[in-house]
Amino acid sequence: MADKIKTAFLLAGGCAGCEMSVVDLSEALVDALGSLEIVFWAPTVADVKYKDLEDMPDKSIDLAFVDGMIRNSENLHTVKVLRQKSKVLVALGACATLGGIAAMGDLHTKEELFNKAYKTSFSTDNPDGVYPTPEYMLDGKYHLTIPTFLDNCSTIAQVVDVEYFVGGCPPHPSFVGHLVGAILSGKLPPAGSWLTGGKAVCDVCKRNPALTGQERLPVGEIKRTIDGTPDMEKCLLQQGYMCFGPVTQGDCGGSCLNVNIPCRGCGGPIPGIKDFGARCVSTLAASMANEEVAAQFIEKYNNMAKLVYRYSHTASKLNHRIAEHKEH
Amino acid sequence: MSFTPNIVGFACQWCTYAGADLAGNLRAKYPPSIKLIKVPCSGRVEPEFIMEAFANGADGVLVGGCHFGDCHYKTGNYKTANRMQILKQLLMDSGFDPQRFRLEWISGAEGYRFAEVVEEFTRDLEEMGPNPLKGGNGHGR
Repeated sequence: MADKIKTAFLLAGGCAGCEMSVVDLSEALVDALGSLEIVFWAPTVADVKYKDLEDMPDKSIDLAFVDGMIRNSENLHTVKVLRQKSKVLVALGACATLGGIAAMGDLHTKEELFNKAYKTSFSTDNPDGVYPTPEYMLDGKYHLTIPTFLDNCSTIAQVVDVEYFVGGCPPHPSFVGHLVGAILSGKLPPAGSWLTGGKAVCDVCKRNPALTGQERLPVGEIKRTIDGTPDMEKCLLQQGYMCFGPVTQGDCGGSCLNVNIPCRGCGGPIPGIKDFGARCVSTLAASMANEEVAAQFIEKYNNMAKLVYRYSHTASKLNHRIAEHKEH
Repeated sequence: MSFTPNIVGFACQWCTYAGADLAGNLRAKYPPSIKLIKVPCSGRVEPEFIMEAFANGADGVLVGGCHFGDCHYKTGNYKTANRMQILKQLLMDSGFDPQRFRLEWISGAEGYRFAEVVEEFTRDLEEMGPNPLKGGNGHGR
Protein backbone atom coordinates (compact mmCIF):
# COMPACT_ATOMS: atom_id res chain seq x y z
CA MET A 1 0.00 0.00 0.00
CA ALA A 2 1.08 3.51 -0.77
CA ASP A 3 2.27 5.84 1.95
CA LYS A 4 -0.34 7.05 4.36
CA ILE A 5 -1.80 10.50 3.77
CA LYS A 6 -0.23 12.89 6.25
CA THR A 7 -3.07 14.83 7.82
CA ALA A 8 -3.17 17.82 10.13
CA PHE A 9 -5.96 19.55 12.04
CA LEU A 10 -5.63 23.05 13.42
CA LEU A 11 -8.13 24.86 15.61
CA ALA A 12 -7.95 28.60 14.95
CA GLY A 13 -10.52 30.92 16.53
CA GLY A 14 -13.33 28.39 16.70
CA CYS A 15 -15.05 26.34 19.39
CA ALA A 16 -13.68 22.88 18.35
CA GLY A 17 -17.20 21.79 17.33
CA CYS A 18 -15.96 20.95 13.85
CA GLU A 19 -13.34 18.67 15.37
CA MET A 20 -16.05 17.04 17.48
CA SER A 21 -17.81 16.39 14.22
CA VAL A 22 -14.70 14.64 12.87
CA VAL A 23 -14.44 12.59 16.07
CA ASP A 24 -18.15 11.78 15.79
CA LEU A 25 -17.32 9.72 12.72
CA SER A 26 -16.25 7.14 15.35
CA GLU A 27 -15.77 3.75 13.61
CA ALA A 28 -15.60 5.34 10.18
CA LEU A 29 -12.69 7.46 11.39
CA VAL A 30 -10.96 4.40 12.83
CA ASP A 31 -11.28 2.68 9.44
CA ALA A 32 -9.95 5.75 7.67
CA LEU A 33 -6.93 5.82 9.97
CA GLY A 34 -5.65 2.86 7.97
CA SER A 35 -4.82 5.28 5.22
CA LEU A 36 -4.46 8.53 7.19
CA GLU A 37 -1.59 9.46 9.42
CA ILE A 38 -2.33 12.27 11.84
CA VAL A 39 0.87 14.29 12.08
CA PHE A 40 -0.59 17.31 13.84
CA TRP A 41 -3.83 17.94 15.69
CA ALA A 42 -3.59 20.92 17.99
CA PRO A 43 -4.44 22.32 20.39
CA THR A 44 -7.27 19.84 20.98
CA VAL A 45 -6.46 16.19 20.33
CA ALA A 46 -2.82 15.23 19.84
CA ASP A 47 0.06 16.07 22.16
CA VAL A 48 1.99 18.25 19.76
CA LYS A 49 3.16 21.82 20.11
CA TYR A 50 3.10 24.66 17.59
CA LYS A 51 6.89 24.44 17.62
CA ASP A 52 6.67 20.91 16.20
CA LEU A 53 4.65 22.28 13.30
CA GLU A 54 7.15 25.06 12.70
CA ASP A 55 9.94 22.47 12.59
CA MET A 56 8.27 20.35 9.88
CA PRO A 57 9.68 20.67 6.36
CA ASP A 58 7.67 22.86 3.96
CA LYS A 59 4.90 21.08 2.02
CA SER A 60 5.36 17.93 4.11
CA ILE A 61 1.67 17.68 5.14
CA ASP A 62 -0.57 16.25 2.42
CA LEU A 63 -3.87 17.43 3.80
CA ALA A 64 -4.52 20.08 6.42
CA PHE A 65 -7.83 21.14 7.93
CA VAL A 66 -8.40 24.46 9.68
CA ASP A 67 -11.52 25.14 11.71
CA GLY A 68 -12.30 28.51 13.24
CA MET A 69 -11.76 32.06 12.03
CA ILE A 70 -8.74 34.34 12.47
CA ARG A 71 -9.52 36.26 15.66
CA ASN A 72 -6.14 36.88 17.30
CA SER A 73 -2.46 37.05 16.48
CA GLU A 74 -1.94 33.39 17.41
CA ASN A 75 -4.54 32.24 14.85
CA LEU A 76 -2.92 34.42 12.23
CA HIS A 77 0.53 33.01 12.88
CA THR A 78 -0.41 29.33 13.09
CA VAL A 79 -2.58 29.42 9.97
CA LYS A 80 0.24 31.01 7.99
CA VAL A 81 2.69 28.38 9.24
CA LEU A 82 0.27 25.56 8.45
CA ARG A 83 -0.23 26.89 4.93
CA GLN A 84 3.51 26.82 4.40
CA LYS A 85 3.79 23.24 5.61
CA SER A 86 0.86 21.75 3.71
CA LYS A 87 0.03 20.84 0.14
CA VAL A 88 -3.75 21.01 0.43
CA LEU A 89 -5.53 23.26 2.92
CA VAL A 90 -9.22 22.78 3.70
CA ALA A 91 -11.25 25.43 5.53
CA LEU A 92 -13.62 23.32 7.62
CA GLY A 93 -16.90 24.72 8.90
CA ALA A 94 -18.72 28.04 8.91
CA CYS A 95 -16.09 30.03 10.84
CA ALA A 96 -13.16 29.09 8.63
CA THR A 97 -15.08 29.71 5.42
CA LEU A 98 -17.40 32.62 6.23
CA GLY A 99 -16.43 34.04 9.62
CA GLY A 100 -19.00 32.27 11.78
CA ILE A 101 -20.75 33.52 14.88
CA ALA A 102 -17.78 35.45 16.26
CA ALA A 103 -17.64 37.51 13.08
CA MET A 104 -20.77 39.34 14.16
CA GLY A 105 -18.45 41.02 16.67
CA ASP A 106 -17.18 43.02 13.70
CA LEU A 107 -20.44 44.95 13.78
CA HIS A 108 -19.18 46.46 17.03
CA THR A 109 -15.96 48.18 17.96
CA LYS A 110 -13.25 46.42 19.92
CA GLU A 111 -14.00 48.74 22.87
CA GLU A 112 -17.67 47.74 22.87
CA LEU A 113 -16.74 44.06 22.85
CA PHE A 114 -14.23 44.40 25.69
CA ASN A 115 -16.59 46.55 27.69
CA LYS A 116 -19.35 43.94 27.40
CA ALA A 117 -17.11 40.96 28.11
CA TYR A 118 -15.06 42.38 30.98
CA LYS A 119 -17.28 45.04 32.55
CA THR A 120 -20.99 45.18 31.87
CA SER A 121 -22.11 41.58 31.33
CA PHE A 122 -24.42 40.23 34.03
CA SER A 123 -22.01 37.68 35.50
CA THR A 124 -18.92 39.91 35.51
CA ASP A 125 -17.39 41.06 38.78
CA ASN A 126 -14.58 43.39 37.81
CA PRO A 127 -14.68 46.51 40.04
CA ASP A 128 -11.17 47.64 39.05
CA GLY A 129 -11.99 47.41 35.35
CA VAL A 130 -9.03 45.12 34.59
CA TYR A 131 -8.69 44.30 30.91
CA PRO A 132 -6.49 41.53 29.56
CA THR A 133 -3.26 42.91 28.10
CA PRO A 134 -1.08 41.16 25.53
CA GLU A 135 1.93 41.54 27.83
CA TYR A 136 2.15 41.38 31.61
CA MET A 137 4.99 41.45 34.11
CA LEU A 138 4.17 39.13 37.02
CA ASP A 139 5.92 39.75 40.35
CA GLY A 140 8.37 41.98 38.52
CA LYS A 141 10.25 39.06 36.98
CA TYR A 142 7.95 36.84 34.89
CA HIS A 143 7.25 38.34 31.50
CA LEU A 144 3.96 36.83 30.35
CA THR A 145 2.41 37.23 26.92
CA ILE A 146 -0.92 36.23 25.43
CA PRO A 147 -2.03 36.57 21.80
CA THR A 148 -3.25 40.01 20.73
CA PHE A 149 -6.95 40.45 19.89
CA LEU A 150 -7.04 41.66 16.28
CA ASP A 151 -9.19 44.60 15.19
CA ASN A 152 -11.37 42.37 13.03
CA CYS A 153 -12.14 38.78 12.17
CA SER A 154 -10.94 37.21 8.95
CA THR A 155 -11.82 34.02 7.19
CA ILE A 156 -8.96 31.66 6.39
CA ALA A 157 -9.14 32.52 2.68
CA GLN A 158 -8.69 36.22 3.43
CA VAL A 159 -5.32 35.44 4.99
CA VAL A 160 -3.88 32.55 2.97
CA ASP A 161 -4.82 30.60 -0.14
CA VAL A 162 -7.31 27.82 0.55
CA GLU A 163 -7.88 24.79 -1.69
CA TYR A 164 -11.28 23.65 -0.46
CA PHE A 165 -14.17 25.01 1.58
CA VAL A 166 -16.60 23.02 3.70
CA GLY A 167 -19.61 24.72 5.30
CA GLY A 168 -21.65 23.84 8.35
CA CYS A 169 -21.71 24.71 12.03
CA PRO A 170 -20.47 22.09 12.50
CA PRO A 171 -20.30 20.11 9.23
CA HIS A 172 -22.55 17.08 9.66
CA PRO A 173 -20.46 13.99 10.63
CA SER A 174 -21.85 12.01 7.69
CA PHE A 175 -20.76 14.76 5.34
CA VAL A 176 -17.28 14.81 6.89
CA GLY A 177 -17.29 11.05 6.26
CA HIS A 178 -18.09 11.54 2.56
CA LEU A 179 -15.40 14.17 2.45
CA VAL A 180 -12.70 11.92 3.90
CA GLY A 181 -13.81 9.23 1.45
CA ALA A 182 -13.60 11.62 -1.50
CA ILE A 183 -10.16 12.78 -0.44
CA LEU A 184 -8.90 9.21 -0.03
CA SER A 185 -10.18 8.23 -3.47
CA GLY A 186 -8.71 11.40 -4.98
CA LYS A 187 -12.04 12.44 -6.51
CA LEU A 188 -11.77 16.14 -5.86
CA PRO A 189 -12.99 19.20 -7.75
CA PRO A 190 -10.60 21.97 -8.89
CA ALA A 191 -8.83 23.93 -6.17
CA GLY A 192 -10.79 26.86 -4.77
CA SER A 193 -14.12 24.99 -4.77
CA TRP A 194 -16.61 24.33 -2.04
CA LEU A 195 -16.92 20.63 -1.29
CA THR A 196 -20.68 20.28 -1.33
CA GLY A 197 -23.53 18.36 -2.85
CA GLY A 198 -24.49 21.70 -4.41
CA LYS A 199 -28.14 21.38 -3.44
CA ALA A 200 -30.09 23.73 -1.24
CA VAL A 201 -31.49 22.82 2.16
CA CYS A 202 -34.99 22.92 0.59
CA ASP A 203 -33.86 20.16 -1.74
CA VAL A 204 -33.31 17.79 1.17
CA CYS A 205 -36.09 19.15 3.39
CA LYS A 206 -39.10 16.90 3.92
CA ARG A 207 -41.39 19.93 4.26
CA ASN A 208 -40.67 21.24 0.76
CA PRO A 209 -44.06 22.21 -0.75
CA ALA A 210 -42.96 20.57 -4.00
CA LEU A 211 -42.87 17.23 -2.16
CA THR A 212 -45.85 17.62 0.12
CA GLY A 213 -48.15 19.03 -2.56
CA GLN A 214 -48.92 22.26 -0.69
CA GLU A 215 -49.74 25.27 -2.75
CA ARG A 216 -47.08 27.97 -2.43
CA LEU A 217 -48.67 31.24 -1.37
CA PRO A 218 -47.28 34.68 -0.53
CA VAL A 219 -46.49 35.00 3.16
CA GLY A 220 -48.97 37.25 4.96
CA GLU A 221 -47.70 37.22 8.52
CA ILE A 222 -44.15 37.11 9.84
CA LYS A 223 -43.39 35.01 12.91
CA ARG A 224 -40.32 34.50 15.04
CA THR A 225 -39.42 31.12 16.48
CA ILE A 226 -40.82 32.24 19.83
CA ASP A 227 -44.28 32.83 18.32
CA GLY A 228 -46.18 29.58 18.79
CA THR A 229 -45.15 26.12 17.60
CA PRO A 230 -44.67 25.55 13.89
CA ASP A 231 -46.58 22.76 12.18
CA MET A 232 -44.09 19.86 11.77
CA GLU A 233 -45.35 18.97 8.29
CA LYS A 234 -45.63 22.35 6.61
CA CYS A 235 -42.89 24.51 5.06
CA LEU A 236 -41.66 26.99 7.69
CA LEU A 237 -41.50 29.85 5.19
CA GLN A 238 -45.11 29.21 4.26
CA GLN A 239 -46.01 29.45 7.95
CA GLY A 240 -44.21 32.79 8.20
CA TYR A 241 -41.08 31.58 10.00
CA MET A 242 -38.14 33.10 8.16
CA CYS A 243 -35.96 30.20 6.98
CA PHE A 244 -32.77 30.52 4.91
CA GLY A 245 -33.12 27.04 3.41
CA PRO A 246 -33.57 28.22 -0.20
CA VAL A 247 -30.09 29.76 -0.34
CA THR A 248 -28.08 27.47 1.95
CA GLN A 249 -26.14 24.32 1.03
CA GLY A 250 -28.04 21.27 2.17
CA ASP A 251 -25.19 18.94 3.08
CA CYS A 252 -26.62 18.88 6.61
CA GLY A 253 -29.67 16.92 5.42
CA GLY A 254 -31.94 19.61 6.83
CA SER A 255 -31.01 18.83 10.44
CA CYS A 256 -32.55 21.97 11.93
CA LEU A 257 -35.74 21.62 9.91
CA ASN A 258 -36.13 18.08 11.23
CA VAL A 259 -36.42 19.52 14.74
CA ASN A 260 -38.74 22.40 13.80
CA ILE A 261 -36.07 25.12 13.74
CA PRO A 262 -35.67 27.40 10.70
CA CYS A 263 -32.39 27.30 8.78
CA ARG A 264 -29.97 30.13 9.59
CA GLY A 265 -27.49 29.48 6.83
CA CYS A 266 -24.53 27.79 8.53
CA GLY A 267 -24.01 25.51 5.53
CA GLY A 268 -22.79 28.38 3.43
CA PRO A 269 -24.19 29.83 0.22
CA ILE A 270 -25.31 27.54 -2.59
CA PRO A 271 -23.07 27.84 -5.67
CA GLY A 272 -23.45 31.13 -7.55
CA ILE A 273 -24.16 33.34 -4.56
CA LYS A 274 -21.62 36.06 -3.91
CA ASP A 275 -23.18 37.67 -0.87
CA PHE A 276 -25.21 35.40 1.37
CA GLY A 277 -27.14 38.04 3.31
CA ALA A 278 -28.16 40.02 0.26
CA ARG A 279 -29.44 36.87 -1.42
CA CYS A 280 -31.37 35.98 1.72
CA VAL A 281 -33.06 39.37 1.58
CA SER A 282 -33.88 38.78 -2.05
CA THR A 283 -35.39 35.35 -1.49
CA LEU A 284 -37.32 36.16 1.66
CA ALA A 285 -38.67 39.45 0.31
CA ALA A 286 -39.93 37.81 -2.85
CA SER A 287 -42.04 35.43 -0.77
CA MET A 288 -43.77 38.25 1.14
CA ALA A 289 -47.22 39.36 0.11
CA ASN A 290 -46.75 43.12 0.23
CA GLU A 291 -44.76 46.00 1.67
CA GLU A 292 -46.62 45.88 4.99
CA VAL A 293 -45.36 42.34 5.51
CA ALA A 294 -41.81 43.47 4.69
CA ALA A 295 -42.21 46.27 7.24
CA GLN A 296 -43.43 43.73 9.80
CA PHE A 297 -40.33 41.62 9.09
CA ILE A 298 -38.04 44.60 9.73
CA GLU A 299 -39.88 45.40 12.93
CA LYS A 300 -39.88 41.86 14.33
CA TYR A 301 -36.24 41.06 13.72
CA ASN A 302 -34.37 43.86 15.39
CA ASN A 303 -31.03 43.60 13.59
CA MET A 304 -31.15 42.66 9.93
CA ALA A 305 -27.35 42.40 9.57
CA LYS A 306 -27.07 39.94 12.47
CA LEU A 307 -29.99 37.92 11.11
CA VAL A 308 -28.96 37.43 7.50
CA TYR A 309 -25.21 37.39 8.16
CA ARG A 310 -25.52 35.09 11.17
CA TYR A 311 -22.62 32.95 9.95
CA SER A 312 -21.22 34.95 7.07
CA HIS A 313 -20.55 38.53 8.13
CA THR A 314 -16.81 38.37 7.46
CA ALA A 315 -17.41 37.14 3.92
CA SER A 316 -20.04 39.81 3.22
CA LYS A 317 -19.42 42.40 0.54
CA LEU A 318 -19.91 45.40 2.74
CA ASN A 319 -17.71 44.29 5.59
CA HIS A 320 -15.66 47.43 5.62
CA ARG A 321 -13.28 46.35 8.32
CA ILE A 322 -11.93 43.64 6.13
CA ALA A 323 -8.56 42.12 6.87
CA GLU A 324 -5.64 43.23 4.80
CA HIS A 325 -3.37 40.49 6.09
CA LYS A 326 -3.15 38.52 2.91
CA GLU A 327 0.19 38.71 1.20
CA HIS A 328 -0.19 38.87 -2.56
CA MET B 1 -11.90 70.74 -5.92
CA SER B 2 -15.54 69.79 -5.83
CA PHE B 3 -16.50 66.17 -5.48
CA THR B 4 -18.48 64.60 -8.31
CA PRO B 5 -20.36 61.53 -7.15
CA ASN B 6 -20.39 58.32 -9.09
CA ILE B 7 -23.87 56.81 -9.27
CA VAL B 8 -24.66 53.34 -10.55
CA GLY B 9 -28.17 53.23 -11.93
CA PHE B 10 -30.14 50.06 -12.58
CA ALA B 11 -32.92 50.94 -14.98
CA CYS B 12 -35.83 48.76 -16.05
CA GLN B 13 -35.86 48.63 -19.84
CA TRP B 14 -39.63 49.18 -20.04
CA CYS B 15 -39.89 52.39 -18.08
CA THR B 16 -36.93 54.03 -16.35
CA TYR B 17 -34.55 53.33 -19.22
CA ALA B 18 -37.14 54.65 -21.65
CA GLY B 19 -37.60 57.61 -19.32
CA ALA B 20 -33.86 58.32 -19.46
CA ASP B 21 -34.06 58.09 -23.24
CA LEU B 22 -36.90 60.58 -23.25
CA ALA B 23 -34.93 62.90 -20.96
CA GLY B 24 -32.30 62.96 -23.73
CA ASN B 25 -34.85 63.62 -26.46
CA LEU B 26 -36.38 66.41 -24.41
CA ARG B 27 -32.91 67.93 -23.96
CA ALA B 28 -33.49 67.80 -20.20
CA LYS B 29 -30.35 68.74 -18.27
CA TYR B 30 -28.97 66.56 -15.48
CA PRO B 31 -25.47 65.93 -14.10
CA PRO B 32 -23.29 63.31 -15.83
CA SER B 33 -22.88 61.45 -12.51
CA ILE B 34 -25.10 58.46 -13.32
CA LYS B 35 -23.98 55.35 -15.20
CA LEU B 36 -27.08 53.45 -16.28
CA ILE B 37 -27.27 49.69 -16.52
CA LYS B 38 -30.25 48.41 -18.47
CA VAL B 39 -32.03 45.48 -16.85
CA PRO B 40 -35.08 43.58 -18.10
CA CYS B 41 -37.06 44.44 -14.96
CA SER B 42 -36.36 46.10 -11.61
CA GLY B 43 -37.18 42.66 -10.18
CA ARG B 44 -34.00 41.42 -11.84
CA VAL B 45 -31.90 43.68 -9.60
CA GLU B 46 -30.49 41.43 -6.91
CA PRO B 47 -29.59 43.15 -3.64
CA GLU B 48 -26.21 41.51 -4.29
CA PHE B 49 -25.65 43.83 -7.28
CA ILE B 50 -26.16 46.83 -5.05
CA MET B 51 -23.81 45.46 -2.40
CA GLU B 52 -21.21 44.79 -5.09
CA ALA B 53 -21.51 48.35 -6.40
CA PHE B 54 -21.06 49.84 -2.93
CA ALA B 55 -18.21 47.47 -2.07
CA ASN B 56 -16.43 48.62 -5.21
CA GLY B 57 -16.79 52.27 -4.32
CA ALA B 58 -20.00 53.56 -5.95
CA ASP B 59 -21.10 56.71 -4.11
CA GLY B 60 -24.76 56.03 -4.77
CA VAL B 61 -27.00 53.40 -6.32
CA LEU B 62 -30.31 54.21 -7.98
CA VAL B 63 -32.81 51.50 -8.87
CA GLY B 64 -35.53 52.59 -11.25
CA GLY B 65 -38.66 50.59 -11.96
CA CYS B 66 -42.20 50.95 -13.24
CA HIS B 67 -45.04 52.38 -11.19
CA PHE B 68 -47.20 49.81 -9.37
CA GLY B 69 -49.57 48.17 -11.78
CA ASP B 70 -47.36 49.01 -14.77
CA CYS B 71 -44.86 46.14 -14.56
CA HIS B 72 -44.38 44.44 -17.90
CA TYR B 73 -44.07 41.16 -15.99
CA LYS B 74 -46.99 42.03 -13.70
CA THR B 75 -45.33 41.51 -10.27
CA GLY B 76 -41.63 42.35 -10.73
CA ASN B 77 -41.75 45.79 -9.15
CA TYR B 78 -43.78 44.60 -6.15
CA LYS B 79 -40.98 42.16 -5.35
CA THR B 80 -38.44 44.95 -5.82
CA ALA B 81 -40.36 47.13 -3.37
CA ASN B 82 -40.23 44.39 -0.69
CA ARG B 83 -36.57 43.63 -1.33
CA MET B 84 -35.32 47.17 -1.35
CA GLN B 85 -37.18 48.06 1.83
CA ILE B 86 -35.43 45.23 3.66
CA LEU B 87 -32.11 45.96 1.94
CA LYS B 88 -32.23 49.54 3.22
CA GLN B 89 -32.56 48.23 6.76
CA LEU B 90 -29.72 45.78 6.13
CA LEU B 91 -27.46 48.59 4.92
CA MET B 92 -28.31 50.62 8.00
CA ASP B 93 -27.69 47.72 10.40
CA SER B 94 -24.39 46.98 8.64
CA GLY B 95 -23.21 50.50 9.43
CA PHE B 96 -23.62 51.87 5.90
CA ASP B 97 -25.59 55.05 5.15
CA PRO B 98 -28.86 53.91 3.50
CA GLN B 99 -29.31 57.40 2.00
CA ARG B 100 -26.78 56.37 -0.62
CA PHE B 101 -29.34 54.00 -2.00
CA ARG B 102 -32.48 55.17 -3.75
CA LEU B 103 -35.46 53.39 -5.28
CA GLU B 104 -37.62 55.37 -7.70
CA TRP B 105 -40.60 54.56 -9.88
CA ILE B 106 -40.11 56.43 -13.16
CA SER B 107 -42.22 55.63 -16.19
CA GLY B 108 -41.24 55.94 -19.85
CA ALA B 109 -43.20 59.18 -20.09
CA GLU B 110 -41.40 60.86 -17.20
CA GLY B 111 -38.24 62.16 -18.85
CA TYR B 112 -38.17 65.32 -16.77
CA ARG B 113 -38.81 63.31 -13.63
CA PHE B 114 -35.73 61.18 -14.39
CA ALA B 115 -33.56 64.28 -14.81
CA GLU B 116 -34.97 65.72 -11.59
CA VAL B 117 -34.25 62.52 -9.59
CA VAL B 118 -30.66 62.30 -10.83
CA GLU B 119 -30.05 65.96 -10.09
CA GLU B 120 -31.51 65.70 -6.61
CA PHE B 121 -29.65 62.48 -5.80
CA THR B 122 -26.36 63.95 -7.07
CA ARG B 123 -26.85 66.99 -4.86
CA ASP B 124 -27.56 64.81 -1.81
CA LEU B 125 -24.49 62.69 -2.49
CA GLU B 126 -22.29 65.76 -2.90
CA GLU B 127 -23.27 66.71 0.62
CA MET B 128 -22.62 63.20 1.94
CA GLY B 129 -19.16 63.02 0.39
CA PRO B 130 -17.41 60.00 -1.10
CA ASN B 131 -18.32 56.41 -0.24
CA PRO B 132 -16.23 55.38 2.81
CA LEU B 133 -15.51 52.06 1.08
CA LYS B 134 -13.83 53.82 -1.85
CA GLY B 135 -10.74 52.06 -3.06
CA GLY B 136 -12.30 48.67 -2.43
CA ASN B 137 -12.40 46.62 0.74
CA GLY B 138 -10.32 43.69 -0.40
CA HIS B 139 -13.30 41.75 -1.74
CA GLY B 140 -13.09 43.10 -5.26
CA ARG B 141 -9.99 41.07 -6.08
